[in-house]
Amino acid sequence: MIEIRLEPIDHAAITDQVRSNQAGAVCSFLGTVREMTGDRQTLALDYEAYPVMARKTLEDLEIQARKRWPILGLAMVHRVGHLELGEISVVVAVSCPHRREAFEACQWLVDSLKEVVPIWKKEVWADGTEEWVQPGRPASPDVQSERPRLE
Amino acid sequence: MLATILLFAVARERAGVASLTVELPENPTVSDLKAAIARISPALAPILPMIRIAVNSEYAQDDHQVIPEGAELAAIPPVSGGGLPIEDPS
Repeated sequence: MIEIRLEPIDHAAITDQVRSNQAGAVCSFLGTVREMTGDRQTLALDYEAYPVMARKTLEDLEIQARKRWPILGLAMVHRVGHLELGEISVVVAVSCPHRREAFEACQWLVDSLKEVVPIWKKEVWADGTEEWVQPGRPASPDVQSERPRLE
Repeated sequence: MLATILLFAVARERAGVASLTVELPENPTVSDLKAAIARISPALAPILPMIRIAVNSEYAQDDHQVIPEGAELAAIPPVSGGGLPIEDPS
């Protein structure tokens, strides 16, 4: 199951979906909105996706993961739009016969998803600024903008 | 040919629009597309080196890749948790 959605994610229902009698292990990862990054305070996150490509890259990741591990059930659900502190932005759930492969597959899927799936997040900082998060450039003034300028 | 490129996240905000239409030479490459983007939207020029181009929902392999007519094009800024191509485990 692959989904990109605006509404809150029911992580328990998604985890249940990947369970099976053949599985001895279910590994479920939740990404949640964190308040503090170092000493900077986040008020909320805004996620934006390129939906067609995001779905396709998630499907590609599922195909690759299924080649590598004996996956029984797999679900990847990513939320977009405005998320408050503590809300779930992404759920990756995997079931396998044994725990080691379930842990490995889940970690690989989460790491890969964050590298290749075209979904972006913008920090809404407590100091009133907003900023697109970029790997290796956590706080560049080059990409900073004030809220009123944004669409 | 005329081509439309979708813009997302920091690229969309810098350009102030969600897509751009650019004029491309015959048998255009990704490099031609980037040059056309820089001409039509100077605000995007400084961040073009870190933007990847997607052709029909797949990342272009390099700047020499030829863009087929009618392809859906998108400017992909670095995604939130990474940016490097991942290894194929198969």
